[in-house]
Amino acid sequence: MLYLILEQALNGLQYGLMLFLLAAGLTLVFGIMDLINLAHGSLYMIGAFLAAAFYQWLGSFFPALFLAIIATALIGVILERLLYRRLQGMSHLSQVLATFALILIANETIKIIFGAQPLMIGMPASLSGPVELVTDELYYPAYRLLIIAVGLVVAVGLYVLVNRTRIGMWMRAGASNPQMAAVMGVRIKPLFTFVFALGAALCALAGALLGPLLAVSVGMGESILIPAFEVIVIGGIGSMRGALVGSLLVGMIDTVGRLLLTFGLKLVVDGSTAATLGPTLASMMVSLLMVAVLFFRPQGLFPARG
Amino acid sequence: MISRFGPSRSTETPLLIGLPGPWTAIAVAVILAIYPLVMNSMGEDFYISMGSRVLILALAASALNLALGYGGMISLGHAAFLGIGGYAVAILAKSGIDAAWIAVPVAVGCAAAAACLIGAISLRTRGVYFIMITLAFAQLFYYLAISLPQFGGDDGLPMTARSVIPGLPLDGDLGFYYFVYFTAGLAFVLLYRLVSSRFGRALVAIRENERRMAAIGYPVYRLKLMAFTLSGGLAGLAGALLANLSLGVTPHTLTWHQSGILMVMVIIGGSGYFWGGITGAAIFLLLEETISAHTEHWNLVLGALLLFIVLVAPDGVMSLRERVRALLGRKPAGGAEAQSSIAAGEKAQ
Repeated sequence: MLYLILEQALNGLQYGLMLFLLAAGLTLVFGIMDLINLAHGSLYMIGAFLAAAFYQWLGSFFPALFLAIIATALIGVILERLLYRRLQGMSHLSQVLATFALILIANETIKIIFGAQPLMIGMPASLSGPVELVTDELYYPAYRLLIIAVGLVVAVGLYVLVNRTRIGMWMRAGASNPQMAAVMGVRIKPLFTFVFALGAALCALAGALLGPLLAVSVGMGESILIPAFEVIVIGGIGSMRGALVGSLLVGMIDTVGRLLLTFGLKLVVDGSTAATLGPTLASMMVSLLMVAVLFFRPQGLFPARG
Repeated sequence: MISRFGPSRSTETPLLIGLPGPWTAIAVAVILAIYPLVMNSMGEDFYISMGSRVLILALAASALNLALGYGGMISLGHAAFLGIGGYAVAILAKSGIDAAWIAVPVAVGCAAAAACLIGAISLRTRGVYFIMITLAFAQLFYYLAISLPQFGGDDGLPMTARSVIPGLPLDGDLGFYYFVYFTAGLAFVLLYRLVSSRFGRALVAIRENERRMAAIGYPVYRLKLMAFTLSGGLAGLAGALLANLSLGVTPHTLTWHQSGILMVMVIIGGSGYFWGGITGAAIFLLLEETISAHTEHWNLVLGALLLFIVLVAPDGVMSLRERVRALLGRKPAGGAEAQSSIAAGEKAQ
């Protein structure tokens, strides 16, 4: 049981870190540009599809990953220049609708180009086996460990970028008060483009890394978008620290919480009911957590703006 | 930084713009009453059930319009109320209660109760947080529906027959159309009374300037909650009718995609205009029907259309009349709108 929980905790860490990659971009774009981007999940989907396409072309995982990140970042730049810049001054309702429209367009375009069948990305051969973490007791896929490692590196990298560099200083200034930052000499427009491209690149990274584990399919963006939104609302919109804490919280609830709930329910009701009820309650628990957080702390756990 | 929420308008929106005159309302009612008879005589029964569908979604969109357009509450979770209404009818039917006079009020009551609860919590937040929390609540109901075997899981709940009204056979397309016609008609009359009442004006005023209304002494939170509850109840009514139309509910009714579509309908028509939800639903469904006949990529067209509307005509179709008037009158747009508001105000007195 202990090792089972440990394994689920690792899964939760992995899921949480991938969520963080999306949530970080989302919270940056929201915090700095004051923009709700429902289409953030579409960038994740586009990144995954590009990675799959490059993988089929090159036959090798890491170059495909790298190219997909670059290409998605470029798409992000183009979108920011063409569309998001216009949306910035508009009402939240307009932003919701325009980015909803982008989701429809992105899903349909992907369907036209790649067809409705899910694509597969092959795992790098050297990482396809399990790693023995505890002798004879706990084996864990090497590839998932890689995802955890990449996630941790990116989290540290983002922390350094936001808190220890000049660009990060501009970003924080932009997040707390864009007009003031602009007046103080921060060139805010290129900063917006950079932030958006960074968000897109993180999406592509998450999409490509998860590609070998999930099937790359149309609609994968929406399934991760809602948890990502819940993460940033729990953490506090615009706050990087909130995004990290929120992601890990949501990741853990979704895996360990699911396990413990199913286990706990088995004590109360019979096995088959518990098996169906457990996952339901687990997926509802994340939404409930968000509702509870908003009820007691309407600004999230780590409000970015005083 | 000033937080922006609610449909922001470039000029101040007069309270009474977009309320229908009596003749327009009568004309629309008469046309809609004759429509199925004409279609029936032409043997085009498909268009009768299409008509029912338009009326039902017009009701759903108008319900959302009450919260979104009049109240400025950007709810991305109205599919939940649509679904609750539908599931209520389907569950009652499954347990043998198929009398419409029980099933429909129960559906409305359930949806209104859910809306009251969700609203009570959500309205404590504002702006983006409100959008997100309504979305989260809708997801909650979605998860509940797909995973409870009693609710049919992914397949939803089919109904073997429509609800029963003594004396009016609902199984035919024609009978059902008139059932929808009268139920939705009643709801539209109620909506009209609501938005033209003091309550409706206070609601619009809260949308325009919440802080001022609070300072004057209006119970802002309570009024918004009332509007949200009514909106949810009416959406539940639409859901009950929709379940009857398609003989069952699926969890798809509860998806946030559906919430988005309702919002799109309101925006196409014009949020905050009485005819906005109705026009929007009609245009949306007709476009979907015609375009889907030619291409399978309807969503692509819809996305492009929606982007165009947001970027070029954010106030929707119903604002066109004022725009044209402003152009013809060779006056700045603000002047024309202000004038028509004065005219409307005089008429009201």
